[in-house]
Amino acid sequence: MIVAEKKPMEEVIKEIKDYKNILLLGCNECVTVCEAGGKKEVGILASALRMYFLNQGEEKRIDEVTLERQCDHEYLEEIRDRIDTYDAVLSLACGVGVQFMADKYVSIPVYPGVNTCFLGATEKRGLWTERCQACGQCILASTAGICPISRCAKRILNGPCGGSTNGKCEISKELDCAWQLIINRLKAMSRMDDYEILLDIKDWSSDRAGGPRKVVREDVQE
Amino acid sequence: MRLSYPTSIKIIRVPCTGKVDVIHILRSFEKGADGVYVVGCMEGDCHFNKGNFRARKRVAQAQKMLDDIGIGGERVKMYNLSSSEAPLFVKFAKEMFDKIVELGPNPIKSAKKKNINRQTEAA
Repeated sequence: MIVAEKKPMEEVIKEIKDYKNILLLGCNECVTVCEAGGKKEVGILASALRMYFLNQGEEKRIDEVTLERQCDHEYLEEIRDRIDTYDAVLSLACGVGVQFMADKYVSIPVYPGVNTCFLGATEKRGLWTERCQACGQCILASTAGICPISRCAKRILNGPCGGSTNGKCEISKELDCAWQLIINRLKAMSRMDDYEILLDIKDWSSDRAGGPRKVVREDVQE
Repeated sequence: MRLSYPTSIKIIRVPCTGKVDVIHILRSFEKGADGVYVVGCMEGDCHFNKGNFRARKRVAQAQKMLDDIGIGGERVKMYNLSSSEAPLFVKFAKEMFDKIVELGPNPIKSAKKKNINRQTEAA
């Protein structure tokens, strides 16, 4: 899922202070799971903002809506009939949701309420770690299901490098060396012979280096 | 024991302090409460294992948020006691009451009043 974290209150206040009618728009998907922008967070932020502005002597209408998703037309359509009653939208969705919202409702200013961080997993409640960089050409088949692109600081394809000590990366003692994890897993699967197979130079054109990407599936298009 | 504690304290019963969320605390302030304190079981004695620890963390989150928006995080506090400690319950109630008296009323209340006055003047 996409992992995001809440923006500091100060920054959010700065974004919306000049508007009177504000819609706080949450998203029921990834940002709900990482506790940054779901219905619950929308409620808490809306309550806090209402109190802040009231305390400043400013009258503001801050409404709360949480959509199933903000990255699909059909869910964003649900607010079409009421969007004109607001001066601005504070979206707690990931960067995709904020942009899709901005694309769809051209005349309404849209502000982000979270910082979108990475594609990751919930290791335990309150701890999310990066697992994928969406490079567009998955090599997990050759790396024992552990991704050196997202989990190795150097994105090294045939590791580990000289900075790996006792299974940890040289950039942080808390960070596991991805290549050590790969070796451990290959050993556990009795597939250490695979470690001797060198990976070819990766084609990075499917990564961000080739500019913004898209996936086209004409067979499912209407 | 028939002990008395300040009459302005309104008790909201929950099945476990683990049920209390940040939003419940914030809404209390939005509705005009001057302070909120959560009284849970002794740490380690939670029937649901982690309820009172969760409450403590949520109280801390609410404190930070109230500090961020200028209401004051010290208006929220977490206490722990066992159900047989009535004198301690009274002690906590008085302690919180004195703290709130020292801090004064919730600024949201006067802000709401000012807003209403402004609206009537404009009308």
